[in-house]
Amino acid sequence: MRDAFVRALLEEMEADSRIMLVTGDLGFGVLKPMWERFPDRIIDAGIAEQGMVSMAAGLAATGRIVFVYSIGNFPTLRPLEQIRNDCAYPGANVKIVCVGGGFVYGSLGMSHHATEDIAALRALPGVTCFTPGDPAEAEAVTHRAVRTEGTCYLRLGRGNEPKIHPGPVEGWEMPAPLTLRKGTDTALLSAGGILTQAVEAAKLLEEKGISAEVVSFPCVKPMDEGAVRKLTERFRHIVTVEEHNIIGGFGSAVCEIAAETGNGCRIHRIGLQDCYTSVVGNQQYLREIYGMDAKAIAEKTEAWLNEA
Amino acid sequence: MDNYEALVHSAFGGQKPDTSDPEVLAWLIRRNGLEMSHISHGSHIGSVFSAAEIIAVLYTGVLNVDPSDPKKPDRDRMILSKGHAGSAVYAALAETGFFPVEQLKTHYGNGSILSGHVSHKGIPGVEVSTGSLGHGLGIGTGMALGAKMDGAAWRTWVVLGDGECDEGSVWEAALQAAQFGLDRLCAIVDYNHMQSLFRVEETLRLEPFEQKWKDFGWNAESVDGHDVVALRAACDRAKANAGSGKPSVILAHTVKGKGVSFMENDILWHYRTPQGEEYEAALKELEAHRP
Repeated sequence: MRDAFVRALLEEMEADSRIMLVTGDLGFGVLKPMWERFPDRIIDAGIAEQGMVSMAAGLAATGRIVFVYSIGNFPTLRPLEQIRNDCAYPGANVKIVCVGGGFVYGSLGMSHHATEDIAALRALPGVTCFTPGDPAEAEAVTHRAVRTEGTCYLRLGRGNEPKIHPGPVEGWEMPAPLTLRKGTDTALLSAGGILTQAVEAAKLLEEKGISAEVVSFPCVKPMDEGAVRKLTERFRHIVTVEEHNIIGGFGSAVCEIAAETGNGCRIHRIGLQDCYTSVVGNQQYLREIYGMDAKAIAEKTEAWLNEA
Repeated sequence: MDNYEALVHSAFGGQKPDTSDPEVLAWLIRRNGLEMSHISHGSHIGSVFSAAEIIAVLYTGVLNVDPSDPKKPDRDRMILSKGHAGSAVYAALAETGFFPVEQLKTHYGNGSILSGHVSHKGIPGVEVSTGSLGHGLGIGTGMALGAKMDGAAWRTWVVLGDGECDEGSVWEAALQAAQFGLDRLCAIVDYNHMQSLFRVEETLRLEPFEQKWKDFGWNAESVDGHDVVALRAACDRAKANAGSGKPSVILAHTVKGKGVSFMENDILWHYRTPQGEEYEAALKELEAHRP
């Protein structure tokens, strides 16, 4: 996703001289093509995220579209108030980019696990939140963010993720979810890089004779309420999957809509069960430990379907 | 109240006050600050009084701004980072023609656009909303950097509080502005030596304050923050620093509550609003010293 983002942004920078990027002293190697192509439109703000985000707001006030780049919680939780007061409140054209949503920086430890960012950013009025599930979606949301007025949040995964969409996501209209697989028994709704696990889980369920639809949500704010409502009409059970705390994140956003439909669809949230990670391990290992790998998703889904 | 403007201008005996005179504008900031705090029961009058000359000097010829065209592209940008002194800026803007003086009486009120901490929404002449401390210098750094990238001549001015300089984000911006050589950025610190509970020296010491800024790569000087001539000269020197490759800071030594003897250097007046006899006494003192 990281490289898809850089590629897409470079294309946009070629076409629109207002676009620039401010990094919080991160992106070694990754941002190299940008430094080489547009040395005057990329700035290292240093390890000073509060100043970086306020600065981005000031730059945006001079007519620019400013991408702010960092990893984990550094561009979100650390300068949250700067995003709220300086960017979102005046509607500044600042696009906060986080590389490493969820457990991407697995073995680096909990400081580097971004597992409350969706909840925090989603609560800020006026902030559009993108949670692409694979490189093709990352590319699509990057193009979309450039064209979305005001403050945006792009929660990316890491580099070299598997492609799930066979090709580019053509003609995607924000905030529509993208259906990767049709199903009749249940739906697995996914936000972010955990999409690989949802897709694999659907295959495991198929072996058990359970037909699971897989739907990716590259945009969780605004949510496509109509699409969620339709899903709640079609299925008795819906499972949400996110590499994020189950409180306040994607699953919560689905629940908020589903609860208002009153049609009795049950929502089951898979994600971090309101705890901090304290186990050492890589991203996939942590998904297994915290019950959100494909196998755990499939087993939990099967059990929920058998409950009623 | 039917005629707020007539009331706050009554000391001028029917004459229109000359708001191009910094001493007159500083007096009007205090007069309005007193009235607004009295009407609204709003706090922070001590900070409004300490910043009065700083704001007055900026709006009497230092800032390139035009009340008839508040969004003109080449205007100077002014950010009140110590947003709690908002009524000082509201008063200066109204008195210099950005919006009607009469509107000031709605400050803090239900349905008003004039919030306690300065807001840009719907108020001509205010660039950004502040209130949470430590944001303004960072925003100003971004504006000045944008101007530099555009090769534009306009300047960015940021008024900081001294207590505000406890915030780490101020020093992040101080490093960044120096690194990027933003010599059209000028900060003015309202150095009134008082915070929310205690004196600055009893809270987090800032001294050697001027040296700190110099060590961060800034042009820095200290002036009497109630001497409009000295302040103006310092602002002019800051302007002349364009080309030095360094941002500039003016440490304006001030007195919290300046202008009303019983408010001066008393932390109580960070919060208290003048009512009854206190209001009458404050008004009498101000009127006795009208320029």
